[in-house]
Amino acid sequence: MLETIQLLAQGFVVVFEPQNLLLIIAGCTLGLFIGAMPGLGSVNGVAILLPLTFLVPPTGAIIFLAAIYYGAMYGGAISSIMLGIPGASTAVATTFDGRPLAKQGMADKALIGAAVASFVGGSISVVLFTFFAPPLAHVALVFGAPEEFALMMLAFATFVGLGGDDIFKTLFSICIGLVLSAVGFDIISGEPRLVLWDITGFLHGINFLVLAIGVYGIGEMLWTVEEHALGGGKSMLSDATVTVKRTIAALRELVKTWKATVMGSFLGYFVGILPAAGATPGSLMAYGIAKQMSSEPDKFGDGAIEGVCAPEAANNAASTGSMLPMLTLGIPGSPTTAILLGGMVIWGLEPGPRLFVDHSEFVWGLIASLYAANLFTLLINIAFIPVFIKVLKTPFTILAPIIFTLCLIGGYAPTQDMHDVWLMIVFGIVGYLMRKLDYPLAPAVLAIVLGPLAEPAMRQSLIISEGSFMIFFNRAYAGPIMVAALLLLFLPLFKMLYDRMRATKPAAE
Amino acid sequence: MTVRTAELLMALMMGLFSIYLMYKSAELPIGWIEEEGPGGGLWPFWLSTIMLISCGGILFNWVRKKGAIATSTKVYIESHVLGDVLAVAIALIITVALFSFIGIYGALPLFLIFYLRFMGKHSWKLTGTLAILIPVVIFYFFEITLKIILPKGITEPLFLPLYKIFF
Repeated sequence: MLETIQLLAQGFVVVFEPQNLLLIIAGCTLGLFIGAMPGLGSVNGVAILLPLTFLVPPTGAIIFLAAIYYGAMYGGAISSIMLGIPGASTAVATTFDGRPLAKQGMADKALIGAAVASFVGGSISVVLFTFFAPPLAHVALVFGAPEEFALMMLAFATFVGLGGDDIFKTLFSICIGLVLSAVGFDIISGEPRLVLWDITGFLHGINFLVLAIGVYGIGEMLWTVEEHALGGGKSMLSDATVTVKRTIAALRELVKTWKATVMGSFLGYFVGILPAAGATPGSLMAYGIAKQMSSEPDKFGDGAIEGVCAPEAANNAASTGSMLPMLTLGIPGSPTTAILLGGMVIWGLEPGPRLFVDHSEFVWGLIASLYAANLFTLLINIAFIPVFIKVLKTPFTILAPIIFTLCLIGGYAPTQDMHDVWLMIVFGIVGYLMRKLDYPLAPAVLAIVLGPLAEPAMRQSLIISEGSFMIFFNRAYAGPIMVAALLLLFLPLFKMLYDRMRATKPAAE
Repeated sequence: MTVRTAELLMALMMGLFSIYLMYKSAELPIGWIEEEGPGGGLWPFWLSTIMLISCGGILFNWVRKKGAIATSTKVYIESHVLGDVLAVAIALIITVALFSFIGIYGALPLFLIFYLRFMGKHSWKLTGTLAILIPVVIFYFFEITLKIILPKGITEPLFLPLYKIFF
C-alpha cells in the first residue's frame, strides 16, 4: 500500500515534466474534439493519431494517447446531447436522456452533468486501478507461456460468449485477425510464410496499424459518408445557454445523482476489464440499473439527469478498467487499448507483468497521467463547452478530407511502404462492406495485435509439453483460465440448447 | 442488391479466401515435427480452417433464413448513397495511385480540391487555403520533425533545395 503510493508519487514526477504535461493537455483537448465529432470515438482517434507519436519518447506517447482515450470518452457525450447522435457507440446510452434534456432547453445541465459524472467515474476507477494493478501484476509474474496463451484464449472467448454478435462472424473476425498477424516470416523456423499472391510487400508482415487505420479510419469514414448522405447532410443542433449562474445551479442539482454516478463508476470499471464488454455495454447496463434504482423511473427517457450521469460515469470508468488487463497481463480490455498495446510493442516495451518491474517509471507515469488527464479534461470540458458546440457546426465535408489525409499518411509512416497504404485501403473498403453485414471488427483488431504474442506462447507451451494440449489444463493458473475460456466459448451453444429444451417441454406435457 | 444477397456473396468470398489461406499455410509443415515442435504452418492453417467453418456456419444460417441480416430484403447500399461512397472510395484509390507518380504533394491537393469543392461545395477560397495549408503542415510535421520521407514521385527534384535548408 505504502509502496504503491510511493510509486504513484514517482509517477507524478514524470507527469509534471513540462513536456508530458503539455502532452496531456493536448491529448485531452484533441480527445474531446474527436469524441465530440459524430462517428469518431477514442478508437478512431488513437488509431489515426498513433503514427504522430513517433515524435516523442514512449512514456510521452502513451500518456498522450491515454489522454485522447480519456478526452474522447468525455467528448462523446457532447454530440449525444447536442445532436442526438452518439459521438461514439460508447455514448449511445447518453442520448436516451441527454437529448430530451437538450430539447427542453437544458443542454447545459446535461453537459455539465455528463462532465462531472465522467470525472467521478474516472476518479473512482483510477483509484481502483492504482490498487488493483500491482497485486494483479505480481500474481501474473509467475505466468509462463501456457498461462499467457490461456489468458488470450479467454480474451477471445469473451467476444464469442458475451459479445452479442453473430457467433460465426465473431469467430471469423478473431481468426482472420490472427491469420493476418501470421503473415510474413515464421518466427521460429525463419521461413517466409503466407506471402499472399507472392507479393513481396507481405514479407515484412502486416502491421496492426494498417488494419486498425484501415478499419477505424478509412472504413469508419466511409460509413460516416454513407450516414451523412442518408441524413441529407443536415443535423439538428440544439441551442445551449451557458452562464455562470446556470452552471452553479446545475452543479447543485447534481448532488441527488450521486448514487447513480457511483454505481455507474463501479459497474463501468469492472465491465471495462472484460475484453468483449467494455464501455458500450457498461454504459447501457449502468443506464438500466440507474433506472431501476431511481425513485422516479418513469422520468427516464424524458430527461432524467441520472440517465445522463450513470452511463457517462460508466464509460469513463470502463476506459480505465480496460487498461488494467492491458498493463498487468498484456491482454487489452478494449479495441483502443489493443492499439495502445500494439504501440507499446513498436516502442520496444513488452506488455505484461514484467512491465511493472522493468519499466516501472513508464507504468506509473501512465497511471499518474490518468489522474491528471481526468482533472484536465473536466476543466477543459466545462470551460470550453461553447467552443465544442461550435465544433459540431463544422461541416463534415471539411473534417472528412482532413481525416482521410491523416489516414493515408498514418498508413504510410510506420513502414514507409506504399504496399501498406494499398492494403489499408483494401481493409477499409472490405471492413466497411463487412460492417454493413454486422461482422464485428473489434475482435480482428484485437487479434492482429495479440497474434504475434499468442502464437509463440502456444508453440512454446507445446514444445514444453512435447505436443500435449493438457499443458493448458493441468497447471494451477492456466487450467482454470482455459476452462473459463472454453465455458465462455460454448456459452452460446448452452443457451441455444437450453432455449430449445424450454421450447419443447410444454409440447411434451 | 439486397442485404441477403450481399451476405451470401460475402460469405462465399470469405470462404474462398479461407481456402486460399489454408493452401498458403500448408506450404510450411502444418503438423508436429519430430524433435522440433509444431510446424510453422500449424497455427495459420488451423485458424484458416476455423474461418472456413465459420463461413460454412454463416451460409448454413443463410440457407435456413436465420438472423436479421440473412432475412433482410433491404437494399445493401441505397442507390442515392452509393454515388457518394463510390466517389470517395475511387478518389482515395486514385490519390494513392498518384502518390507514386506525382508524389504526395501533388496528389493530396488534388484530393482536397475534389473533396472540398466538388463533394462539399465549399468556396474556392476555403478550398484553396486548405489545399495548400494541409500539405505544408504535413511537410513540416512528418518530413522535418519526424524525418519520415513521404513519397514524391517525379516531384522529387523540386524538394532538393528544401532538404538543403532543413537537413
